[in-house]
Amino acid sequence: MLGEGILKGLAETAKNFVGSFFSAERMTTVEYPEERIAPIEAARVFPFLVYDGIEWDAGLRCVACQICEKECPPKCIFIEKSKDKKPDAVGKPQFYPTRFDIDISVCMSCQICVEVCPFEAIKMDNVFELSTDDRFDGLLLDRKQLAKPNAYYHQIHPTEAAVVEARLAADRAKSDAKQTAAAIASAIKGAERPLPPPTTGGD
Amino acid sequence: MIDTLDQIFVLLKHWIVSFLPGACQPAASVVISVAVIVVLFPLLFALTTVFERKGLARIQNRIGPNRTGPFGVLQPIADGIKSLTKEDIVPSSADSAVHFLAPLVLVVAVFMGFAVLPMGRNMALVDMDAGLLFFFAIGASTELSVFMAGWSSRNKYSLLGAMRAVAQMISYEVPLLMSSVAVVMITGSLSLNKIVAAQNQYTFGLPHWYIFTPWGLAAFLLYAIAATAETNRSPFDLPEGESELVAGYHTEYSGFKFALFFLGEYLAMFSISGLGTTLFLGGWSSPLEVLGWVPSWFWFFSKMMMSIFVFIWLRGTLPRLRQDQLMNFAWKFVLPLTMLNLFVTALWRFLGDGWERWVFCTAILVAAYVVMGRVEMRAEHFGPRRYRYAE
Repeated sequence: MLGEGILKGLAETAKNFVGSFFSAERMTTVEYPEERIAPIEAARVFPFLVYDGIEWDAGLRCVACQICEKECPPKCIFIEKSKDKKPDAVGKPQFYPTRFDIDISVCMSCQICVEVCPFEAIKMDNVFELSTDDRFDGLLLDRKQLAKPNAYYHQIHPTEAAVVEARLAADRAKSDAKQTAAAIASAIKGAERPLPPPTTGGD
Repeated sequence: MIDTLDQIFVLLKHWIVSFLPGACQPAASVVISVAVIVVLFPLLFALTTVFERKGLARIQNRIGPNRTGPFGVLQPIADGIKSLTKEDIVPSSADSAVHFLAPLVLVVAVFMGFAVLPMGRNMALVDMDAGLLFFFAIGASTELSVFMAGWSSRNKYSLLGAMRAVAQMISYEVPLLMSSVAVVMITGSLSLNKIVAAQNQYTFGLPHWYIFTPWGLAAFLLYAIAATAETNRSPFDLPEGESELVAGYHTEYSGFKFALFFLGEYLAMFSISGLGTTLFLGGWSSPLEVLGWVPSWFWFFSKMMMSIFVFIWLRGTLPRLRQDQLMNFAWKFVLPLTMLNLFVTALWRFLGDGWERWVFCTAILVAAYVVMGRVEMRAEHFGPRRYRYAE
């Protein structure tokens, strides 16, 4: 009959109206500045740079290969590569970024930099309270602001970080094995090296 | 004591006026009454906006405004300051004089409607013999201001909104009037005071409100539908449908002029709810004879606010109509039913005091509702568009 739907709708909204005063689970609002919900693990906002060890300066994984800079669709990454090499966390001499800036007013959180990085050096952060009254310098993060320890990465994205860690460990094991194999091989080679042909004196 | 409380505002006014010389007492009395109306209803409007936002939020299981003051009750003050400090923009191609006048004409016209509403015993500003007629005459002039606003803005959305508003308001003006005529037919008077007095009688402690009669209930429902459309409230908010027309006829208004439109809209809601209360819900009379000691103005305002709550409830429930649905509903359903209701009212008047009139009138109205709901309002199935001449 005409008007039936209207009555049903009115009953529904009346139920909501009254129910919202009595049942707490109806009210899904989180009153943000005072209340917060734990961030979702897969949440991502802007990239940050991972460093190993304690010193951010020495431990940056980034080797300034500039792949992320080239791949970044909105071109928000700016890298200056060092002229010299310095030992990384493992002790291997590497290039390093003398400048690594991300303009987060341009960044679109696409995560492409993270995906192309061969060194697991750049990851997505979940910090979102970045408002500032300086819209130029305040939103241009330099490498010091971007650098965050590996432990922090493990804390915000535990699952992903575990996978990354396993992969890094495997790589390291592989390269170690390779190195040992190479060392052994060279050792064997050295051992098996035939004696220099005897010199026939007086020729 | 009870009488004093009931008449407290009237006595207060007389007391203030008594300090003035005799010659200017009548004028002063009117000025005081007008001042009270002009202050009271905007205050009520401020309260209603926050309650509306709260109510709608609750209907959607949200909290609503809760930042300004305790439970967000100071929100209207913040809104008011905001609209006062905003830039007043007049489009360069607009007709600036008409653009300026439109909100004023709206608010003034709406305020004038309150002049005849009896807000309590002896609390009508003007006891006009043709009060109902005056109310509708003034109410109809709000259409003018809406069209002034839409036309002078020189904006396609404004103009579309204004066209819709005028079409809608004129279409629903007819059933609004016709449903009120039923009350006039029974009361035999256009004076709102007499209409309330006629309802302020009790049988077995229950009031003689017109809503408790078959024709009265039908007229009340039709009046409520037409009033919702008259005040451009959801689901009849096509003139300002923000998802289609930006803001309809007040697209080009900003700052305080926009606030005036907003105010005018809510004041229209108050006045039309007040009139509905007066016509069908017994005005300032109490719902039970034993509650007669409660001041009359309390009943009037609580009934009015209840109607406002229903407006808000409807807004939280129903989606907006389409233009053709709106017009079909007005001309094919509401108007014929109001016409029939006039006939039923006449039948009620001449069938005497027995039980027969209850049965006959109810049967006719219910049958008409069912049949017309089936026939006139059956769902039309729109197929693919057929081009009659192009093929």
